[in-house]
This record gives sequence, structure tokens and C-alpha cells, in this order.
Amino acid sequence: MSVPTPSQTLVEATQMHRFHGGERNYAFLVPSSMIFELDETSERVLDRLAGGPRPPAEVVESPEEEAALRELAGVGAVARQGTPLIPLGGLQEVDGPPPIRTVVLNITNSCNLACRYCYEYGDDRIAEAEVPAAMTEETARQSVDRLITDSGEAKDLQVTFFGGETLLNWRVIRPTVEYAREAAQQAGKRVDFSLTTNATLLTREISQWIADNGIGVTISVDGDKQFQDSMRVYRSGMGSYDVIAPRIAEFLKLQKRPVGARVTVTSKNLDVPRIFEHLIGLGFYEVGFAPVTSSPDQDYALGEDGFDELLDQFRGLADNYVEAATEGRYLGFSNLSDLLGEIHEGVSKAYPCGAGLGLVGVAPGGEVGLCHRFAGSGDHDLGHVATGISEEKRAEHLKKAHIDARTDCSQCWVRSLCSGGCYHEAQVRYGDRFRPNLHYCDWIRDWTALGLSAYGRILDRNPQFLARFEGMLQAARQTP
Amino acid sequence: MKHLSPKNLKARFATEWLEGGGAARATADDPGPHYPSGCTTIFSPGWEVDATGGTAALCQPMERDLYDCYKTCYWPAQVPDYLNNSPDWHKNCAAATQDWREIDLVFP
Repeated sequence: MSVPTPSQTLVEATQMHRFHGGERNYAFLVPSSMIFELDETSERVLDRLAGGPRPPAEVVESPEEEAALRELAGVGAVARQGTPLIPLGGLQEVDGPPPIRTVVLNITNSCNLACRYCYEYGDDRIAEAEVPAAMTEETARQSVDRLITDSGEAKDLQVTFFGGETLLNWRVIRPTVEYAREAAQQAGKRVDFSLTTNATLLTREISQWIADNGIGVTISVDGDKQFQDSMRVYRSGMGSYDVIAPRIAEFLKLQKRPVGARVTVTSKNLDVPRIFEHLIGLGFYEVGFAPVTSSPDQDYALGEDGFDELLDQFRGLADNYVEAATEGRYLGFSNLSDLLGEIHEGVSKAYPCGAGLGLVGVAPGGEVGLCHRFAGSGDHDLGHVATGISEEKRAEHLKKAHIDARTDCSQCWVRSLCSGGCYHEAQVRYGDRFRPNLHYCDWIRDWTALGLSAYGRILDRNPQFLARFEGMLQAARQTP
Repeated sequence: MKHLSPKNLKARFATEWLEGGGAARATADDPGPHYPSGCTTIFSPGWEVDATGGTAALCQPMERDLYDCYKTCYWPAQVPDYLNNSPDWHKNCAAATQDWREIDLVFP
């Protein structure tokens, strides 16, 4: 039996992802999400540890290297063998869940389109059928009151209108915005609004009102006529492109706030460059791509090959993004911007998203769910806007969803950015919202590596470009 | 810091903290808590499992535990009384990992 003596103490490199940008070398540390540029000496020290733990004497051969080893140890990139990782945690120990800052109002469950992949209407819906189709003004007001009551010390609040097609319930949106402004002002808070629409019902009057009131808008659209009409159809089967194109053109001309397009990518429209070019050409500021949520047996599902192809296309667009950033221009590829923003800040998430954390969804009848995708599904309800949101249920959700509770994620180097992925995806895929979305782990790792590579190249060529994310993040952080 | 250059905001924040005195705490002569290397300090591997839940990848063969119960320390009662009655109890088992099947019962 041999007991290790201090002289036998081994050191090891902790979990990290190393990447390049131009001639420079970087390390992304896990789980702190810190990024350091490595010089040749620190590179050499880390290279010697690549094969596993070694005695410090074998790792450093000069005082210079010893200094580098100390620096690496200081930032947690090297540690004594067996040093337990610092858990990401924290929030579980806080008294009760954090304040709610955002409500997403499912202002209506009705839609004038019948998109084939829709989780509200398609094969993968989880919300129950008997909920009322449209939210009343009364329920919307109660939701606003609930937000203001449950927001604690938070000053900046967000109300998002979602659907169904939100504009089918236009007559509730307008008075709710007015009511929320007044109520927030009385409570000494500020409130910002956003809505998502399929653009079919945008009139000049609505577009003007949205512009005048500074409402943030995302338009769901799948690309040019061929792509849009293959999935985003009316009940009759008629495509919607010819209806939305002139409305979008008029709408975008009126807006002062940048407007984003949200594209659902399926096997039927898997051509990111073509879609991007078309939508930026229409005047959108940003385009975000979301792979369709579906069970794998749908014909429009992105299979494994589809996901690989999507990543290749994202890679091409990321190259363009870096080119533009090098010249100080912004290319509106919002997936990459979001990732770069998180990388630049160094976020280390205990939860994949804000659902149940600072955000809740409200169904048309007033039932509160984790987010808009869960609102109205009885099993996942957190309460009702009229009677209150269950702190216990939120706390229980947060405990189970915490990254430290997800053993599948414990060895993954992107866990501090991914945190297991979308609860709704997991519910659809595995029937359990707490399961990490194991079907796209490899993809998320590759995508994150792609983001780090873009980050490294921008650092190399035009680091000032990254300052834009600092302002954005401060604005988005909404500190109380 | 000379060899590392902080790039993102989190790294810049940590570096400021370290250079403002945190470094002394994190790296200087503080030996930190004691963390054993290899298996736990109080058991040889016989009673443990490896990362896969089996015993094949333990850092020592699990059969070695037999001789850790003999002489070196732990539970002398688990092996025959080698001082008085059965000094040769293990004579057919030169290498525990290969020969453990050769050990039989002893009858004082």
C-alpha cells in the first residue's frame, strides 16, 4: 500500500477547449468560460499535460515555464490532480427562485396559417386542446399585474406577445400595452414589449402603431417563395409568401427598431445562404435560424445528415460574418451574434434558458407555464395569473433542471454555455423535460467550437468589434 | 500576468481580481486541502469500482487488497493468524492477482 507523498503530487490540465485565431492560440476554460490567449511558454506547459497528470517537475524545465505554470494554476487551467471542479451552482442555495422579469403571453392559440411543423397545431403539440383560443383583456391585465407583483426589485420588465398568430388578437394587444405602461410607471418600473408574427395580418395601421410604440418585432418566415410556401401554408394548402412579402416590405420601411426574421429550418428548406440573402435583401436587420422541433419520424425532420449540412452552412455564413467584422461591418446572423455575445461575456449558465427562472409563459386562459411552449399544458403548469405562481413548483423545477443535477452533462466542455438545451425539445423527444437533449450534443459542441473559432479570428483581426456586445449585454442584463 | 492574456470579460474580471491580491491566495504557499491521488487513502482498490462500475480499470488489481489485509495494516482477522498458527497460509499464492484461487481454508 503506497500513500502518495507531497513530492508525488501530480498536476493536470483542467477541462478546456483550445482554439486558434490567426496565429494566436487561446484556451476556453470550463466551467468558468474564461478565455485566455496563451503565449508559447504556457502553450508548451499545457502541451506537456495533454497526455494526463504529471509531476510538476516533469512539466516545467525552466523558471519561465514555472512562472507560466503558476499563472495557469492561478486561473484554474491547471490544478492538482483530483481537485474537484467548482460546481456551477449557487442559485439553488438562494432563498426562493429569482424575480420574474418577463412574461410571454400566448395571446391566442388560433392561427390563420397551418404550418406543417407547428408545435401548437402539428403532431408534436403538448398543450391540451380545451384551453380557450384567445386571451381576454382581463387575463392580459392580470398577467401584467402578476408580472409587476412578482418582479421584486427588478426595474426593467418585458412583455412578449406570442401565439398562435398574435395579430389575430390585436384588439387585446393594444390596450394591454397601454395598461402595462401605466402600471409599470406607477410601480416605478419600465416595461418593454415585443411580439412575434407571421406577417399575414400586418396592415399599415398596425405597422405604424408598432413603430410609434417601439415594439420589438420578430417575423417568422422561412425564406423565399418556394421555401415559405412549402411549409408555411394556409389551411387550404395555399402558400403565404405572396401575402406576406408586400406587407413585410411596408412594415420594415416604417420601423425604427431593428426587426429580426426567425427561420424554421427543416429538411425542405435546408439552404441557409439562400434564405439569409433573401431575407436580408427584404430589409431584415438580423436572421436567426432554428432547426425544427419534431419527432424524428416526420418527413420534414432534420436527420443527422441534415444537421451536419446545417452546420456546414452555418460555418460558411460565420466566415462571412468574420469577414464583415474585420471591416467593422455587422452581418445579421443572429445565432452567431448571440453565441459571440455569450462567449465575450463569459457566461456560465446553470440553466439552459430563462424558463421558470426569470421568465414564464401565460396561456390564453391565464394558466402559467415555464414558457410559451409549455403554457396551457396541465402537467407543467406553475399556477394561474389570477391566483399566483407557485414558488414551490418553480423551485422544484429549478432544482431538477440545474446543470449540476444533469450527470449526462458533467463531462461536457460546452455545458456552461448549453446547460442541456431546450426543455420543450426534451419533452417532445424524450417525454421528460429534464433530460439533456442528447440527440444534438455533438452538434452543439461543433457549433460552439465554430463560435469560438469565429471569436478567435475576430480577436485577431478587429477586437474593437467585440465592444458592441458589451453594450448589448449590459442592456440585456436588466440588473435590478 | 505575463504568459496569459485575458480576452473575454470574465477572464478580464478574474485577472483584475487575481492581480489585486487574489493571486497570493490562489497560488502562493497555500498548500490547499489535501486531495489523494489514485484511489482513496484508506482503501486499496478491492472494495471499489472503477469509472465504468467494474474493477478492470482500477489503478491496482483488486486482488492486491488481499495482502493489504495481511501484515501492512487493516483487518488481520480477515486473513489467517500468520503469527502463530498459519505462517504459510499464502504459500501457494505468490502473486495474488494470478494465484488467488490457490488459497484454501486453514484449520488450526
